[in-house]
Amino acid sequence: MLVQILFYLFGAFLVASALGVIVARNPVHSALALVLCFVTSAAIWLLLEAEFLAVVLVLVYVGAVMVLFLFVVMMLDIDLAELRSGFTRYAWLGWITAGVVIVEIVGVVTARNLGVDVTRGTVPLPEDYSNTAELGNVLYTRFAYPFELAAMLLLVAIIAAIALTMRRRPGLKVQDVAKQVAVRREERVRIVKMDPEKRP
Amino acid sequence: MNPNLLLAIVLLPLAGAIIAGLGGRLVSRMAAAYVTIAGVAISCVLSLIVLKQIYWDGVPAFNGPVYTWLVSDGVTMQVGFLVDRLTALMMAVVTFVSLCVHVYTIGYMHDDPGFKRFFSYISLFTFSMLMLVMSNNFMQLFFGWEAVGVVSYLLIGFWYTRPSAIFANLKAFLVNRVGDFGFVLGIAGVLYYTGSLDYTAAFEAAPRIAQESFPLTSTTSVEALGLICILLFIGAMGKSAQVPLHVWLPDSMEGPTPISALIHAATMVTAGIFMVARMSPLFEHSELALNFVLIIGATTALFMGLLGIVNNDIKRVVAYSTLSQLGYMTVALGVSAYGAAIFHLMTHAFFKALLFLAAGSVIIGMHHEQDMRKMGGLAKYMPVTAVTCWIGALALIGTPFFSGFYSKDMIIEAAAASHRWAAPYAYWCVLIGVFVTALYTFRMLFLTFHGEERFRTAHAHAASHGGEGGHGESHGSADAHHHGGEPHESPPVVTVPLIALAIPSIFIGLFTVGPVLFGGYFGDSIFVLERNDVLAELGHEFHGPVAFALHGFITPTFWLALAGVVTAWVFFLWKPGLADRAAEALRPIRTILVNKYYFDWFNENVIARGSRLLGRALWRGGDQVLIDGALVNGTAATVGRFGGVVRLIQSGYLYSYAFWMFIGLAVLLGWFLLRS
Amino acid sequence: MITLAHLLTLSAILFAISIAGIFLNRKNVILLLMCVELLLLAANFNFVAFSRFLGNLDGQVFVFFVLTVAAAESAIGLAILVVLFRSRRSINVEDLNTMKG
Repeated sequence: MLVQILFYLFGAFLVASALGVIVARNPVHSALALVLCFVTSAAIWLLLEAEFLAVVLVLVYVGAVMVLFLFVVMMLDIDLAELRSGFTRYAWLGWITAGVVIVEIVGVVTARNLGVDVTRGTVPLPEDYSNTAELGNVLYTRFAYPFELAAMLLLVAIIAAIALTMRRRPGLKVQDVAKQVAVRREERVRIVKMDPEKRP
Repeated sequence: MNPNLLLAIVLLPLAGAIIAGLGGRLVSRMAAAYVTIAGVAISCVLSLIVLKQIYWDGVPAFNGPVYTWLVSDGVTMQVGFLVDRLTALMMAVVTFVSLCVHVYTIGYMHDDPGFKRFFSYISLFTFSMLMLVMSNNFMQLFFGWEAVGVVSYLLIGFWYTRPSAIFANLKAFLVNRVGDFGFVLGIAGVLYYTGSLDYTAAFEAAPRIAQESFPLTSTTSVEALGLICILLFIGAMGKSAQVPLHVWLPDSMEGPTPISALIHAATMVTAGIFMVARMSPLFEHSELALNFVLIIGATTALFMGLLGIVNNDIKRVVAYSTLSQLGYMTVALGVSAYGAAIFHLMTHAFFKALLFLAAGSVIIGMHHEQDMRKMGGLAKYMPVTAVTCWIGALALIGTPFFSGFYSKDMIIEAAAASHRWAAPYAYWCVLIGVFVTALYTFRMLFLTFHGEERFRTAHAHAASHGGEGGHGESHGSADAHHHGGEPHESPPVVTVPLIALAIPSIFIGLFTVGPVLFGGYFGDSIFVLERNDVLAELGHEFHGPVAFALHGFITPTFWLALAGVVTAWVFFLWKPGLADRAAEALRPIRTILVNKYYFDWFNENVIARGSRLLGRALWRGGDQVLIDGALVNGTAATVGRFGGVVRLIQSGYLYSYAFWMFIGLAVLLGWFLLRS
Repeated sequence: MITLAHLLTLSAILFAISIAGIFLNRKNVILLLMCVELLLLAANFNFVAFSRFLGNLDGQVFVFFVLTVAAAESAIGLAILVVLFRSRRSINVEDLNTMKG
């Protein structure tokens, strides 16, 4: 019962904060609403006894990704007044469509046979069950190879992000070692023959 | 009979044609001539041997395939030979005339740059013609039919640098296409009703087809056999130059004279006559078709002859004469006297080839001058040509004892004896035709060989007659650069064939009329129903060739011919001024004749222009608007317009793409939800 | 008691809101990236829910990978955004229509 109340509470928070993300006129507010979204999601995942993912969600998203977002939002010199001008006149169409899709998905989930009993509640896990240990068990055995790939993907993302944003400013003085090594005598010393004195 | 012998007859000229035509520099000019002449000569000798075997030795007719070309849906297309008495006669005529022309060509084409090409063509023609006459099925007949058409096209346009020659060969080709279209339909009809292309099968089925009728529309129908025969005859009308498909033949005189003799007098134009005779078992069962044939033939015989009177080009006069004589043969076919038609074909082949070669000899002697108004008195300079030409002319007008007399009189008698409803018309046409024939023949003879020697003052004289032009030849042949000068007798290589042809022109009728027409020469190769057999009726009154000739002196035919000769003498020799005055008096008729009954005008202005207008309408309306505009460009434009609309969706804005994806999701979900 | 239907419905609402955010937002590309994160969160919700209710940990492993990919995606997305802003002095969505057909 308590779980149910908590679920509805967090669910309401989640929906409200998600709406906040999209209707906020200031991107900083949007980002903060998104943080709230992630935190409430993590709370709901805890209710589902997926502790490891809940923690990772908070650490990775709230701690890293959202900070990155906020950093970028603030770094860019955005004209906030312009960004505040709101939705288009076709917004109502968007809302209606969104409503229709929600109704349809709920309809599909409840009315169609998906092969599982959607009205079944969860069975509480045993006392000594450790979600983190179980997940680690699977991740480093069966999913070891995809795990390595994910690591590789992150590396590529780092390199890509740096390569994309790196700027070469004109006039910046740098050392070119290759050129220094390949230098020849003629480029360094020029012997000029001239008379010691200007002829009358 | 040995099929290899027959194959040799056909293939030797082909081999000659290939060697002369494709030999290139390996074959010298004279080698090409000798090779082709050797091929045709052997072929001729073999043909005579075949004729001897068939007629005197009583060898049965050969009918069988030698090569199966293809089998398609039960229809077998074969190369095969049917050699009976009719075929043997045609083979002998074709190869003999062809041989004469080959020899004659050495002299006539002596300094022409296309010497080898010419020999190749005429040998190829011989091959094609032999394929045509020896065929035992419609497919091969059609092959030969088209092959002679092609060679004819090539030869009329032999001097292809002359615009008039190109015009003439195109005209011949197109007019023949019209005929061939009918011919193909006729063959299709035979195939439709018998399921076979073999003569034998078609002939056996003829009485059965005669009972059937072919629905033209839902309510009207026509007798099937009559339709088939008329369609086949339309092919013959094209090939044998019957009204109204005759227009190509006078123009075909643009070709070298040996060609006019070989193709357009003696052999190719008789292909139609031969074909109808060959198909006699079909035609016999159709009154309708035979009346049609009769009317066409009679019209051609009389009205084409009239044109010969007003023409001044020596070769064209002979050409119109050919048309007229072909009309006579067609009349003979129309009254079921197939034997008489073939007989006239044979005699005509000799004396008309003779006349053509004589005309060619005159043209050489006059240094490639063809206008008779610039000739006259040539008999003194070219005695051999003059004498042979006289012989040919006498044969042509049907002087008793000459070959033409027997064949032509027989046709007239047959027309008189026939019971067809069109026969009286035909009879009067051919009877008046006799007078006309004599008139134009002797007009040509007198203008060319007798009277005043006009060639010295030719140019001044021609100027005074300038108003009559409109059908003047273009004399700009490649080698016709020396006008004027003394006329001279042609070399022996030209005169020997003349003499060789003159002899049969006189005697062949006398010796062959009995056996060919009344002696049952053709046996079962020509089929005549008993009620139609006019020749048999005439046969009761036939008491030998001499008696027949003597009887000829008291028939109206002879007196009409004599009247024609006298008229020609009066107008063109005795009182030359009278001709002009008569022409003046009969100006309206003359205008019609000079314009050749406006057939060319009609073809050019109504048919050609109408086709061009139709073509233009189809081009503008059908092709440009419908196909190009609506279908081709229309497809592209529709795609483009559709793209233009779709393009609006491709706004480039992320949110619109997202929106469309969302819409798609909504639709898919809805479908998933609502599907039963 | 939380049922699977509850979680799926919540995830559907989250999903619809985030997509609505993508096409309602006309001004700010950063917001688009945020909406994408929200979208992935909605997907992760389903993974976790099914994993829990079917008693199969694979779903949670997937969420782990999705988080990885999402982190990489947002890092690169923001980098692109920075480059874009540098070259065009704007991150206005309305200005970004060079893909227009």
